Amino acid sequence: MSESNGVLVRVENVEKNFQRGSEKVHVLSGLNLEVPDGTFLALMGPSGSGKSTLLNLIGGLDRPTTGSVEVGGDRIDKLSGRQLAAWRARHIGFIFQFYNLLPVLTAERNVELPLLLTHLSKSERRKHVETALDVVGLSHRTRHYPRQLSGGEQQRVGIARAIVTDPTLLLCDEPTGDLDRKSGDDILELLQALNRDHGKTIVMVTHDPHASARASHTVYLDKGQLSLEPPE
Amino acid sequence: MINWLNQVISVSLFNLRTIPERMGSSLTAAVGIAGVVAVLVGVLSIAEGFREAMTVSGPDDVAIVLRSGADSEMTSGLSREEVRLILDAPGVARTDEGPLASAELFVMVNLPTRSTGTDANVPFRGVGQSAFGVRGDIDIVEGRNFEPGRNEVIVGVGAAGTYAGMDVGNTVRFGQTDWKVVGIFSGGSGSAESEVWTDSAVLQPAFNRSDSFQSVYAKLASPSSFTEFKDALTTNPQLKVKTLPHGEYLFEQSSLLTQFIQSIGYFIAALMALGALFGALNTMYNAVSSRTREIATLRALGFGSGPIVLSILFESLVLAVVGGAVGAAAAYFAFDGFKAATINWQTFSQIAFSFAVTPRLLQTAIVWAAVIGLLGGFFPAIRAARLPIAEGLRES
Ligand SMILES: Nc1ncnc2c1ncn2[C@@H]1O[C@H](COP(=O)(O)OP(=O)(O)O)[C@@H](O)[C@H]1O
Ligand SMILES: [Mg+2]
Repeated sequence: MSESNGVLVRVENVEKNFQRGSEKVHVLSGLNLEVPDGTFLALMGPSGSGKSTLLNLIGGLDRPTTGSVEVGGDRIDKLSGRQLAAWRARHIGFIFQFYNLLPVLTAERNVELPLLLTHLSKSERRKHVETALDVVGLSHRTRHYPRQLSGGEQQRVGIARAIVTDPTLLLCDEPTGDLDRKSGDDILELLQALNRDHGKTIVMVTHDPHASARASHTVYLDKGQLSLEPPE
Repeated sequence: MINWLNQVISVSLFNLRTIPERMGSSLTAAVGIAGVVAVLVGVLSIAEGFREAMTVSGPDDVAIVLRSGADSEMTSGLSREEVRLILDAPGVARTDEGPLASAELFVMVNLPTRSTGTDANVPFRGVGQSAFGVRGDIDIVEGRNFEPGRNEVIVGVGAAGTYAGMDVGNTVRFGQTDWKVVGIFSGGSGSAESEVWTDSAVLQPAFNRSDSFQSVYAKLASPSSFTEFKDALTTNPQLKVKTLPHGEYLFEQSSLLTQFIQSIGYFIAALMALGALFGALNTMYNAVSSRTREIATLRALGFGSGPIVLSILFESLVLAVVGGAVGAAAAYFAFDGFKAATINWQTFSQIAFSFAVTPRLLQTAIVWAAVIGLLGGFFPAIRAARLPIAEGLRES
């Protein structure tokens, strides 16, 4: 990914509307955001303010109604659906609130999923999976199915899956939203380590101040706009 | 390309592994398709068996002569004078006793079936002295042959098995006359084994048919004499007849009924297939909607919608083909060789035959199952691929 002036993500004048029945819902209105490379950014805001919507735009899961989204120099709002899929596979690691693991696959098979989209050989894939599971501290649980793992462990598998392709940008949507305080703290520590030791740029949606405290920067989304101050 | 194929295969495998979680609806769909296939194979095996019964061993040196314009013996009629001209024609095999040809007629009589006691139409055929020589393959398996000039009948093995009272030594009443059953015969090709036979000279007065016949069965001097025989008859200005090889006649007679049974079979199977299709659609819609978030997750990771569509089609196809194979196997074990009798729509008489589940039929059945499976998977697959990823991820 080629970075322009150290800025990895550049969102400019983005407007996003949804059509709900006959009604038009304005979620983002003229929003601007720059995320420098290497940042651990927390994105906060009340429920329904559009945090997930913004994260989806950055991750190429959706397109803005107007405005541009640039990630690593690529205008991803201009890409076709097929191009976007390939782009996501190469550049983005997603971490979800409810882990979104496939229940029929073991931890290692879940982690291997994104590698099926690469040209790596079977043994190379195995090596990458091992490394990723090692980074999240789950080397001893590789053959377990999601239902045999605790929430915190499942989220570690989710993180291993997100980092296994070594993407530059990790996008987390409320990664601790379904966890107790202790497991949540462990996950946040892991994300911090990924940012600090592995240089991953992270954008994390959360509405938990404990979580945002771990980030290097925090922005607040309210009424379709971002600000550096929490809304009163 | 390899990468794309990899996606299809791996997503298909996840899908198949989730089937146990959806056992109920998957089973319902598979059973529905099994039912369609079983019925389709069952009904079509009737048509196949019937065709086999009718066309087995059609002799190639026997010709049948009917009045021109008649499409079966039923609607044909020949006078004694016409019969005399036909018997004298060149090409007919001859013995010391005269031409090997049998002028025949038949009437329909009612007989109760052994199984249900309901009346069925049975052809009661009057044959000439040469009938046995013409057909060549008739065996009296019990009792003896009828004697010319007497009110005696012999009964085909099919008819003897199907109808009550058709036992040697019994007396039955046809028309205004009592007839004694003196023998049981087999062979004769076509529907002969489903008939009752007597001397045509006895049958004519008993049913007021005076001097008329319906057909002449003629043994040919050799199979190659057919053209000579046929030409002689068609060029004779005193005759208005048509001449067919016996085998061809049997095939014509069977094809109408075969087609009829087949169309009934396809009709019933099509109705059931419609039901099974909805079952399959329902199953696959369930399969897709219960995995909305999983599918969205895979797509978020970069899996293409093409592989996802194909994998859903594949899952549906597997369910359908497994169901279809079970149905076809069930039909095979239930129906193959199953003895039955049916009504010959031409003569409204009964014909005994066996169901035949042929490999070709099984193939048809599997094709039907596969089509149902593909259609049942298609719309759910398209829905899965069309749903925006962001929306699919919001699903809990
Ligand atoms: N696909 C969609 N169709 C219609 N409305 C949507 C859709 N996605 C999100 N919204 C609406 O947009 C608003 C923001 O949603 P979201 O980004 O999920 O908020 P947050 O993540 O901050 O809780 C909500 O009002 C939500 O109902
Ligand atoms: Mg959200």
